[in-house]
Amino acid sequence: MIDSIRGRSLMTLHDLTRDAVVEVLDTAESFVEVHQRTVKKVPALKGRVVASLFYEESTRTRLSFETAAKRLSADVLSLAVASSSVKKGESLRDTIATIDALGIDAVVLRHRSSGAAEQVSRYVPHVRVINAGDGLHQHPTQGLLDVFTIRQVLAERRGVSAIDSGSSVFEGLRVLIVGDVLHSRVARSDIDAYVALGARVRVAAPGTLLPVDISTWPVEVVDDFDDAIEWADVIGLLRLQHERGASSFVPSVSEYTATFGLTASRARRLRPETLIMHPGPMNRGVELDSSVADLPAAIIERQVSNGVPIRMAVLYLTIAAPREVA
Amino acid sequence: MEPVVLRNGLVVHPDGAGMADVLVVDGRIAAVGTGVGRDVPSGCREIDATNCWVGPGFVDLHTHLREPGDEAAETIASGARAAAVGGFTAVLAMPNTEPALDNVALVTYVLDQGSRAVVDVAVAGAITLGRQGERLAPMAELAALGVRLFTDDGVGVQNAAVMRRALSYARPLGVRLAQHCEDAALSAEGSMNEGALSSRLGLIGRPAVAEEIMVARDLALLRVTGAALHFLHLSTARSLDLVARARAEGLRVSCEVAPHHFTLDESACATYDASYKVNPPLRSVNDVDAVRRALREGTVDAVATDHAPHAAQRKDLPFDEAPAGMLGLEHAASLTYEALGAGECDPQRFFAVLSRNPATIAGLRQVDSRPRHGGHGGAVEVGEDGNLVVFDPTERWEAHSNLQSLASNSPYLGRELRGRVRCTMVNGAVVVDGGSLS
Repeated sequence: MIDSIRGRSLMTLHDLTRDAVVEVLDTAESFVEVHQRTVKKVPALKGRVVASLFYEESTRTRLSFETAAKRLSADVLSLAVASSSVKKGESLRDTIATIDALGIDAVVLRHRSSGAAEQVSRYVPHVRVINAGDGLHQHPTQGLLDVFTIRQVLAERRGVSAIDSGSSVFEGLRVLIVGDVLHSRVARSDIDAYVALGARVRVAAPGTLLPVDISTWPVEVVDDFDDAIEWADVIGLLRLQHERGASSFVPSVSEYTATFGLTASRARRLRPETLIMHPGPMNRGVELDSSVADLPAAIIERQVSNGVPIRMAVLYLTIAAPREVA
Repeated sequence: MEPVVLRNGLVVHPDGAGMADVLVVDGRIAAVGTGVGRDVPSGCREIDATNCWVGPGFVDLHTHLREPGDEAAETIASGARAAAVGGFTAVLAMPNTEPALDNVALVTYVLDQGSRAVVDVAVAGAITLGRQGERLAPMAELAALGVRLFTDDGVGVQNAAVMRRALSYARPLGVRLAQHCEDAALSAEGSMNEGALSSRLGLIGRPAVAEEIMVARDLALLRVTGAALHFLHLSTARSLDLVARARAEGLRVSCEVAPHHFTLDESACATYDASYKVNPPLRSVNDVDAVRRALREGTVDAVATDHAPHAAQRKDLPFDEAPAGMLGLEHAASLTYEALGAGECDPQRFFAVLSRNPATIAGLRQVDSRPRHGGHGGAVEVGEDGNLVVFDPTERWEAHSNLQSLASNSPYLGRELRGRVRCTMVNGAVVVDGGSLS
């Protein structure tokens, strides 16, 4: 297990301890303040070069990573895969070697293949690799920003500072993850983060959208969404991933919505304080009713805006922070 | 052709073993015995086999030579050299080339190229045209060229009616079909064994059940056709159990296992290194144990390499995009020796699974003129062809990267191996001596 991501690549949350996660959250909290300044910049990564390499479409992740790098004063090399030599058949290995030859400190990688970040890190072991989503595997910064957002909201409710709260708000916290766990890298990272911080996790999904051997995961599977609605302190909805063929795993999208969608009628049974989350992009009317997304307990937009401080923290810790000597 | 004497080895027979010299003259074994060494013809080449096992050369039932179609990965000549270094005196070339070996012209081409190679090359023909699983390939015409085994390997014949028809057609021809057992619908898009690890790694799985369902289906088809069937690279405990029961029932089945399925388990995939990607995939520890047990105890007829060369840049792709398969010929004997218990390894069993049984399944026991090949897998006795191997069970060595194969996608590089091929003799000619090609 890893106690701190300082000076390391970040491929997965699976091997991070509670301390490692809390360190990222606390660091991100200190960067929130930068956002409120007129000059939204700190010199932490001045002179460092961060390459952003997105092989899959992305709006929020890419924008927030690049914004985060710029706020830390890093130079950003942004490779638009669609208009690069990748289109001419250049392999991942050669593309990385080319970028590396320009002199980079870190690469932020989004790729359709699980394990791509780990492979890249083998090609350029001296470069920090930050996984911005690999296939069905992991999306570590999404997992981190989700727990960051929850901690902020719950600390505010308790009237304590988020940093002072440590991981206390997660002790015994009841988190229900709903939907396409099978195809979701967000679910894998989220579960790792929740479990590291001491939350209890249940998963509700059609049988076809649960990974095989989920019985070996540190979660409890509930067959019926309706049985767990009142139980949950947090409901994390997952996107039905049409692009990965998820819609052929259920008889129809409307049946999915009827059984596992957070419809208006299900929302009426929610406790008012239950937080509703979604990693985006949402399929309104599928995973959740449009009106639900606008409830006060829905913190979906806050998840988006927290993307920047979390990614600042990850870039800062992995690239610039000195490793603590034990 | 110079006469050769293999001195002072432990000559391994099907039912025993004893110290002896083996004299090979004009391509055939001329004498076997303790006194032979003193009375050899002039100009005789001497090979010291002290502390070594001397037995029939190995026969690989499952070699992908990649020619025609992917000569950057392997050619018939280079694959044959890899085979020779691995102690094989004959290999069976798989038909999943590009195009597939499903007609007389292509099979003739491979046999012709093979006749110039350093070991004997026999051909497995495709069961269906283009390995598409729809229309039968001209099995009778190919059988007339000496093809004795047919397979669509790389994929299994998915359609049960087509497979039934193929079995019924093959039976009176006296040829055997061989099946790559994986239900394509169940294994589609998968790149490693399905289980807790694949779920965590976010890799789509190829479940054990995809293999077992096809084994069970084909056994049911054997019951109604009475044909003979060989199962390629079985990898799960339940598959082997099904075969053991079918054999007890009297069905005409044989099966092989590949070295990677008894030496490596799925955990090797955890770093997304595509060297470990293979079909069927590396399985659970439980399955690996079962394969190893079946190899020792007799359910398994043969070890077959599934030697599958791929150019380096293709194995560099992300795990889910990289092609499946790994090299096998150069390390198979050592890995088999180790799996059979190394110091405890029974030499009879060793030569049964690497030579006699695969030679029988491939139809290579008897000398044949069409295709031209000698007899393989026979006893080491006077009159038999000089297809022999000298294996040193005491040697420990490190699998190194200067392979004979054009490709280098072996998962064993850097690993310490036990037991090594010292000398390979093909039809009386020493092609490997001191572990390297002559």
